[in-house]
Amino acid sequence: MTTTNQVVKDVAKQEYKYGFVTDVESELAPRGLSEDTVRFISAKKNEPEWMLESRLKAYHHFVSLVEKEQLPTWANISYPPIDFQDIIYYAAPKPKETLESLDQIDPEILKTYEKLGIPLEEQKLLAGVAVDAVFDSVSIATTFREELAKQGIIFCSMSEAVQNHPDLIKKYLGSVVPYTDNFYATLNAAVFSDGSFCYIPKGVRCPMELTTYFRINTQGSGQFERTLIIADEGSYVSYLEGCSAPMRDENQLHAAVVELYTADNAEIKYSTIQNWYPGNEEGKGGIYNFVTKRGKCAGRNSKISWTQVETGSAITWKYPSVILQGDNSIGEFYSVALTKGYQQADTGTKMTHLGKNTRSTIIAKGISAGHAQNTYRGLVRVMPKATNAWNFTQCDSLLLGDQCGAHTTPYVEVRNNTAHLEHEAFTSKVSEDQLFYCNQRGISTEEAHALIINGFCKDVFKQLPLEFAVEATRLLEMNLEGTVG
Amino acid sequence: MLEVKDLHASVGGVEILKGLSLRVKAGEVHAIMGPNGSGKSTLANVLAGNPSYTATSGEVLFEGEDLLTMLPENRARAGLFLCFQHPTEIHGVRLDHFMRASFNSIQKSKGLQEMDVLKFDRFLNEKVGIVEMDRNLTKRSVNEGFSGGEKKRNEILQMAVLAPKLAILDEPDSGLDVDALRTVAEGINQLRSPENAIILVTHYQRILDYVVPDNVHVIINGRIVKSGDKKLALEIEAQGYDELEKSVESLQSSG
Repeated sequence: MTTTNQVVKDVAKQEYKYGFVTDVESELAPRGLSEDTVRFISAKKNEPEWMLESRLKAYHHFVSLVEKEQLPTWANISYPPIDFQDIIYYAAPKPKETLESLDQIDPEILKTYEKLGIPLEEQKLLAGVAVDAVFDSVSIATTFREELAKQGIIFCSMSEAVQNHPDLIKKYLGSVVPYTDNFYATLNAAVFSDGSFCYIPKGVRCPMELTTYFRINTQGSGQFERTLIIADEGSYVSYLEGCSAPMRDENQLHAAVVELYTADNAEIKYSTIQNWYPGNEEGKGGIYNFVTKRGKCAGRNSKISWTQVETGSAITWKYPSVILQGDNSIGEFYSVALTKGYQQADTGTKMTHLGKNTRSTIIAKGISAGHAQNTYRGLVRVMPKATNAWNFTQCDSLLLGDQCGAHTTPYVEVRNNTAHLEHEAFTSKVSEDQLFYCNQRGISTEEAHALIINGFCKDVFKQLPLEFAVEATRLLEMNLEGTVG
Repeated sequence: MLEVKDLHASVGGVEILKGLSLRVKAGEVHAIMGPNGSGKSTLANVLAGNPSYTATSGEVLFEGEDLLTMLPENRARAGLFLCFQHPTEIHGVRLDHFMRASFNSIQKSKGLQEMDVLKFDRFLNEKVGIVEMDRNLTKRSVNEGFSGGEKKRNEILQMAVLAPKLAILDEPDSGLDVDALRTVAEGINQLRSPENAIILVTHYQRILDYVVPDNVHVIINGRIVKSGDKKLALEIEAQGYDELEKSVESLQSSG
């Protein structure tokens, strides 16, 4: 018993390794949220009038939600009320002229990304990975852009897309997640600062992984990025995002919106490795990760696949979803959420079946240690016209120790009786018997935990692009490191 | 190789071993027999370091080292292997990955070369033959959905992979039909050598027809009450444990 308790204690205590702060001069919006804040951000970005109007519409809607006290309260998470007037909504490293090449980036920022293991200099990059790096509120660098442009692929920051591709932005931005969708999506629509934009033209298979790396640096700032990926007919793209933040005592808000859109026969594979600062041992500080991610399989035979490995944040509130509109379209959700210390995660997915013969697969794995609470919340909805819809859901929980919790809340709503739905769920604990069996074969208790947890997550890890699967495995191992056998 | 001196041990506060002594030398096979509840499995588990069992007094030396103060994984690394009576299932962990992790942990502790996936794969291919095990079984989760016979073969396979100095086999024959018993027994025989030793815990004599022991001990009520050679096992087979139990009781009551 003592060894297990020790391991659990150590697991819960494992330190955050990306907690450093970069010393760089920043340009900030005045603290707080007002119409002026929205105008400030829009002006900073030199946005056209239509963009400002769309922001202001969202801002006024947000104000009315706050007045009516319509804050989301349904999730299984608890936190003190957020003071929306105490957040800095825009922080950009100076100087802020348009960058012509990577040489113009503040060397301090380049160093930051190097420390994080993400070199931005193209020649050093792994072949086959293009990176867009977002530092606080703005996109710092997008690599391999010319190479991609040869095939007609657009991969740039959201700010640039607003300037250079207004038709695409007008048509698609907010088409999957409208500004009225939910509280944090509304806030994001008003104050979003930057993010990645990606367009894959008809029939093009994107030759490399596209990556965005998000970093929150400035104290007291929130990060509100906006990502939009459009896969036109018959195209394919695999996209990965990674996240981290310095260690700070106060909580920081991250309220992003990601929209994916697939036309006929197109496919988007979206993977996330989220490692925001989770707060300290007592649960102080950390990121509030309130994110809206949704994909729309608009076209026939199209496919959207979400894979996420979540190890960070004080609170995660996130439900990457797919609207299966096109006939024969496919939605997938693969998730590993590791919570330890006082972390809270309420995460899952929504699959909305609209078209005929639509299929969805949900595999969610939750691991809890310490005092952490881990909730799976899922909704499978089959609408009247969705004949022969098919869903398979599996949500499993693994508990380390006896002070943590795992909760499963699967909702099902079926309005077409040809639907076929399967659901599996189990909760397991790493047992004393299993640990002794491993010990008896020479495997230490720490290695045994890693082995069992990796086995538990296998179904999800195999969905990740190869090098990221390695990274995810390492990340979990790192989170469990320092345990004594 | 192994010296057990006046060992007392308990499970859940109840004393099961009440002063057991045993000496095992390299090259020997010792059979430990006894009725249900006599302490056979307790002996096996205490030697392997199962945390559910507590050694309360006595001493155990393994190759001159104080075994009872060692962590279970360090006992394994020192060459002690327990063939479990009821091996546990580990969901999601592939058996061949598990065996490689086990093998490499032990290699590493000795400062020896670890094996990569490909090398270990070839190594394992050689070993599965010993217990006539289907190689595909090693690609499934550890013991998950295995039949009773498959679990026992798996234990012997792991013994073959790790080549321990001292193997303690806790009822490797329980629940096996005659054919499976013969396979398991032949596997054990192939692993006998002048350098290693085996303690074979069993309730029945029949496995001893295949794995012929050098010494046979009978445990009753937490102590070895009788030791002998192969013939002792046959005697017990003929008479049952009742006779011995009675004589032990009369001895204990007379003080």
